[in-house]
Amino acid sequence: MSEKKHKRREFIFTASYALGAVGIGATVWPLIDQMNPDASVKALASTEVDISNVEKGKSITVLWRGKPVFIKRRTDEEISEARNVKIDELKHPEKDEDRAKNPEWLVMLGVCTHLGCVPLGDKGEYGGWFCPCHGSHYDTSGRIRKGPAPTNMEIPKYEFLNNNTIKIG
Amino acid sequence: MSEHNYTPESKFGKWFNDRLPLLTLSKHLTDYPTPKNLNYWWTFGGILTFCLITQIVTGLILAMHYVAHAGLAFSSVEHIMRNVNYGWLIRYVHANGASMFFLAVYIHIFRSLYYGSYKSPREIIWILGMIIYILMMAAAFMGYVLPWGQMSFWGATVITNLFSAIPLVGESIVTWLWGGYSVDNPTLTRFFSLHYLIPFLILGLVVLHIWALHVPGNNNPIGIDLKKPSKDTVPFHPYIVIKDLFALLLFLIVFAFFVFYSPNILGHADNYIEANPMVTPAHIVPEWYLLPFYAILRSVPDKLLGVIAMFGALFVLIILPWLDTSKTRSAIFRPLYKQFYWFLVIDVLVLGYVGAMPAEGTYLLIARVATAYYFAHFLIILPLLGKKEKALEVPLSITEPILGGSVATSSMKRQKEKI
Amino acid sequence: MNKKFLKFFSLFLFFIFSLSATAAEKTADLLNPGWSFKGFFGKFDRGSLQRGYQVYTEVCAACHSMKHLSYRNLSEPGGPEFSKDQVKIIASQFEVTDGPNDDGEMFVRPARPSDSFVSPYENNKAAAAANGGAYPPDMSVLVKARKGGADYIYSLLLGYDDPPSGVTLDDGVYYNKYMAGNKIKMSNPLEDDLLEYSDGTSATQEQMARDVTTFLAWAAEPHLEQRHKIGFRAIIYLIILSVLVYFSMKKIWSRVESEV
Repeated sequence: MSEKKHKRREFIFTASYALGAVGIGATVWPLIDQMNPDASVKALASTEVDISNVEKGKSITVLWRGKPVFIKRRTDEEISEARNVKIDELKHPEKDEDRAKNPEWLVMLGVCTHLGCVPLGDKGEYGGWFCPCHGSHYDTSGRIRKGPAPTNMEIPKYEFLNNNTIKIG
Repeated sequence: MSEHNYTPESKFGKWFNDRLPLLTLSKHLTDYPTPKNLNYWWTFGGILTFCLITQIVTGLILAMHYVAHAGLAFSSVEHIMRNVNYGWLIRYVHANGASMFFLAVYIHIFRSLYYGSYKSPREIIWILGMIIYILMMAAAFMGYVLPWGQMSFWGATVITNLFSAIPLVGESIVTWLWGGYSVDNPTLTRFFSLHYLIPFLILGLVVLHIWALHVPGNNNPIGIDLKKPSKDTVPFHPYIVIKDLFALLLFLIVFAFFVFYSPNILGHADNYIEANPMVTPAHIVPEWYLLPFYAILRSVPDKLLGVIAMFGALFVLIILPWLDTSKTRSAIFRPLYKQFYWFLVIDVLVLGYVGAMPAEGTYLLIARVATAYYFAHFLIILPLLGKKEKALEVPLSITEPILGGSVATSSMKRQKEKI
Repeated sequence: MNKKFLKFFSLFLFFIFSLSATAAEKTADLLNPGWSFKGFFGKFDRGSLQRGYQVYTEVCAACHSMKHLSYRNLSEPGGPEFSKDQVKIIASQFEVTDGPNDDGEMFVRPARPSDSFVSPYENNKAAAAANGGAYPPDMSVLVKARKGGADYIYSLLLGYDDPPSGVTLDDGVYYNKYMAGNKIKMSNPLEDDLLEYSDGTSATQEQMARDVTTFLAWAAEPHLEQRHKIGFRAIIYLIILSVLVYFSMKKIWSRVESEV
């Protein structure tokens, strides 16, 4: 009898603790989630860019989600340079064909993958970009070739709505 | 206190505790001998601690999204309500949390009044509590200004104008408070800054309040001094912790009801209209928890005297330990005081009611009578009662229902018996 | 002790409730058509919200802004729940000023779902100037900004009447039973068959008043459904936990001989 009683006591305590823990978890989640991007920020996830005025060899920088996006209209030399690299020599092997669906246009997040600085265009040992912060060199496909950055510059999701408009995001 | 000689068992614990006696503190808190006859009115201390932490946490979060600017504040609150993940929940908890905080603090204060917890040797606890209460009102008032609705704006205007009643320098003080010639952006930003600061001042005072409590220990429903620890006491943990927790959960049910089903019932519709310095709402009413003071303010026909009466209503509370001359603590053993206590409760409720009504006709008359009675209670009735009233005999201990004399003699007798 | 405690606690609550009730000023008794969004499980009627949006855009939006809403809200859960594509089309019918572009000039483009509702006037002064000195209030939180809430808005929309004898009205001022002071500068906005509902519902004055009020109630409190849902769970949870903790407390206190 007393053992039974004892067991019930144990059960009550365990159940209280368990249910209490669930409640604390459920309460803490909103307090954490409030710091995630809010509904108005998420709604701005895409932006449309007019590229009709970009000449060959030039690039424009647009702001998307608060970060610069490089849109570069590459010259033929730059394209062939990017496509003729041996993949296995690369630190982060990616084919240029996968990075630039339309070879003439490279659309890329202009953020160095090392610590988030914005690299300078037409600089560096590989004719692409050079990050002044810690000396990372990127090639004409935005791939990391030399320096501390671990990966290639990121390609955002984008699509050509028509010949003159790119939708990023 | 014996637990001060506590030595932790583990080697690291001992090493740490020799340098910072946190474990001694935690041992003190868990073992803290508490009268075992504390009733549910005593659970509001724990509930208030919870309220303070809730307000600080939700406030901290709201400050991440709120913009303290006259042109943007209202929109930023709407942004919180609409776009921020769970922003509506956090804001409603914060807004209703203020009301729940005051609900709990009023119960806490009236408990103290009933059981004479403010009397020697607990005067400092009481005064610290009163300072906390005054700071709470300041924080609540400034917080109500932040959404920059019509009630925010006009509430701020009316309350800051109270200071213009001060002779000679009043006007300059009000201009200084405003940072301009009316309530405007500078006022809003400084109120935001102070609204952020005050809760931490309160937190510090709460630590002192509890520290001061732990010196003489808790009062109890029969208001006698106890030997600690003894048969009359239980360790704080788990006995009082679990009881406080249960009471807190009941309190949370009421809290949740407001947050989820009537989140705006304690507020004013006018505060969802953006502040407009050209139009005053038809009725300027403070939040419910300030209404008794508002009634006192309006019941006096003179501007300066009204302000003095309002602050006086707080001041008589601060000096209460010296106004109540009775040696017996608990109202249980004070048949007359018990009646006057309930008159005071009704009086304050009446003041709260007329505070929400227009200050004219019968309402004004009632407000004046109630104000006069409020002051009479503290300044005339209590001092006289201590001298005239014949208190009942007080038991010597909680467990043994032996009757002794007054508290002072009973505690002396008991000490002789036990030692 | 327990009983006394509960008694006093409920007294205090009653006091607060009665205060807030008395704080709500008395005018003519408001109409209450029975709202689906009241109560513990209250939800908005989707059809009513969609029709209400139609009434808002075709009638109210000519004068009243709703600047705290965005077109995307129309497709969010708990609201009218138009499809994302429908909202794109709705948004594209409005023009917003954007910019500056690369030439430093502002330009006009069709609105996107992420844009705020386009306001009919540049600012409050322009709104007041165009409306005889009284600017039409923004409707984003209108239901929460009026005592009586949805009932009040609904009543007001149906409260237009001929002024009783002895009441003279200036030009551009109308008589309304539910308006404070009974004088309102907005002319009766609704009449039977003022518009044609796209879902075929008969557009009576009452129907339109009901629909647009529902829409405004949602606009003021877009997370109401989520709030009710979470609230119900939270309260059930708290009750269960209270019961468990109560028995835990009994167990623990049973160690002390005499319970208080």
